Amino acid sequence: MSVSRSVVSLAGVTKTFAAGGVTALDDINLDVAQGEFISLIGPSGCGKSTLLRVIGDLTQPSAGVALVNGKPAPRARRDRDYGIVFQAAVLYDWRTVAKNIALPLELLKWDKAKRNARIAEMVELVELTGFESHYPWQLSGGMQQRVAIARALSFSPALLLMDEPFGALDEMTRERLNLELLRIWAETGSTVVFVTHSISEAVFLSTRVVVMSPRPGRIAGVVPIDLQQPRGVATREDPRFFELVTEVRELLHSVEGGSPE
Amino acid sequence: MSSVAAPGSVGPAGRITRGVRSWLPAILVFGFGLVCWQWLLPDVLGVKSYLLPRLSDVLNALWDSREELKTAAWITFKEAFGGLVLGSTAAIAAALVLARWRPLGNALVPYLIAANAIPVIAFAPITNAWFGTLSPWSKVVIAAALCFFPVLVNTLRGLTSVHPSSIELMHAYAAPEWAIFWKLRIPASLPFLFTALKVAAVLAMIGAVVGDYFGGSTESLGVQIQSAVALSRYELGWAAIIVASLIGMALYGAVALAERFVVRWHPSARSVD
Repeated sequence: MSVSRSVVSLAGVTKTFAAGGVTALDDINLDVAQGEFISLIGPSGCGKSTLLRVIGDLTQPSAGVALVNGKPAPRARRDRDYGIVFQAAVLYDWRTVAKNIALPLELLKWDKAKRNARIAEMVELVELTGFESHYPWQLSGGMQQRVAIARALSFSPALLLMDEPFGALDEMTRERLNLELLRIWAETGSTVVFVTHSISEAVFLSTRVVVMSPRPGRIAGVVPIDLQQPRGVATREDPRFFELVTEVRELLHSVEGGSPE
Repeated sequence: MSSVAAPGSVGPAGRITRGVRSWLPAILVFGFGLVCWQWLLPDVLGVKSYLLPRLSDVLNALWDSREELKTAAWITFKEAFGGLVLGSTAAIAAALVLARWRPLGNALVPYLIAANAIPVIAFAPITNAWFGTLSPWSKVVIAAALCFFPVLVNTLRGLTSVHPSSIELMHAYAAPEWAIFWKLRIPASLPFLFTALKVAAVLAMIGAVVGDYFGGSTESLGVQIQSAVALSRYELGWAAIIVASLIGMALYGAVALAERFVVRWHPSARSVD
């Protein structure tokens, strides 16, 4: 049996913004094992999105080290070790669904036949068959976000970073996409780091929920989620689900109440 | 999963009926304008023919002088088209350079915006001195200079006002600089470019005709208008103006048509059914 390898490893990550000397992240230490689904949750200003951006090397920490697949984050980004989904779908208007999904594949210089085969697989994975040649404006918000997920997973990265991907969607769509995301996670075996401000979403999806406190952003606690896999509609009615939601909520309230404003 | 509404489920016959109905007000206004020109102004309001000749007289002049007008139209069209192509190409190239080397762009953009306010047409007599009065190049250069600034400023805006998250997505996938240009900035700038090209198409025709006024080939459209008016042949002058307008509209229409093909992904291209 092999030791489960860390896909993300953060040691002493600190981020200070020069403007105003705000400390967004203060001494963050976190290891994410392969196949985990980690949610970062906390009140706004707790630095959860900044932490995700540090992992993706879209912003650089002022101190500390971020490793992805055992490599420094900048190297991992250049090696295309992760896929990313933002709160907005960030689809390119001039590209069809298929061409949007293929964007990372083009950057990786996959040949056309290989690209087309993968596009077909991804379209099926996110259940958008028949919409391949639609343009983004012809899709609903939920469908656009599926395209963004397909694009992020198109080249089978080991790590999927998601920054409040369903935050702008209505509750019904969000719950349906939560279920789909779990199915995709199980099918692809990828590791997910997921930023959200929804407690129930974090508990429903994750193997561990990382609760963060604001100003400066710190890890206030980590709640392991021992709900049975695979999860489904019934999970949300499980008494254990409510216990865990309560646990996360109380942890969140304690950090908000405890921080001197 | 929400589905997309089926695109226009109206049959071809229904579409034609609907097309006629939506165009009807515009057609009526056009017809009313022609009636005014032909009868209301000369007969009821007594507008003299040197102020505005009767429509039928203008059309007669158009028919009688069709050979001269055809030659004139071709000469001036070449000047306008040459200016449009030259000015827009130079502007697009300059916009790409300024967008790629931002410090250079930041240093020059204030002057480009100021230059946009220069009445370039005022240089028409000067370009005649530079290139020779009878040379078509003096008109091509004026038309090109008129097209240059709006195309440059708009294209540069299109290239640089890409949403930051779109750029961040490229960074996340370690896209090289050329890919960010080719796959993101250039396509994102196309709606801006075509808006500018439509303006430029009209400006190019203005530049060519006004360039002619300052001494063009005696066969050019601008000189035809001038000499017809000088000889009190107002109906011929108006006929030449109609020809100039048709060329301007054709240039604009060609750009608009190209836009519909190239930028068909843009939300503005969606059908209004």
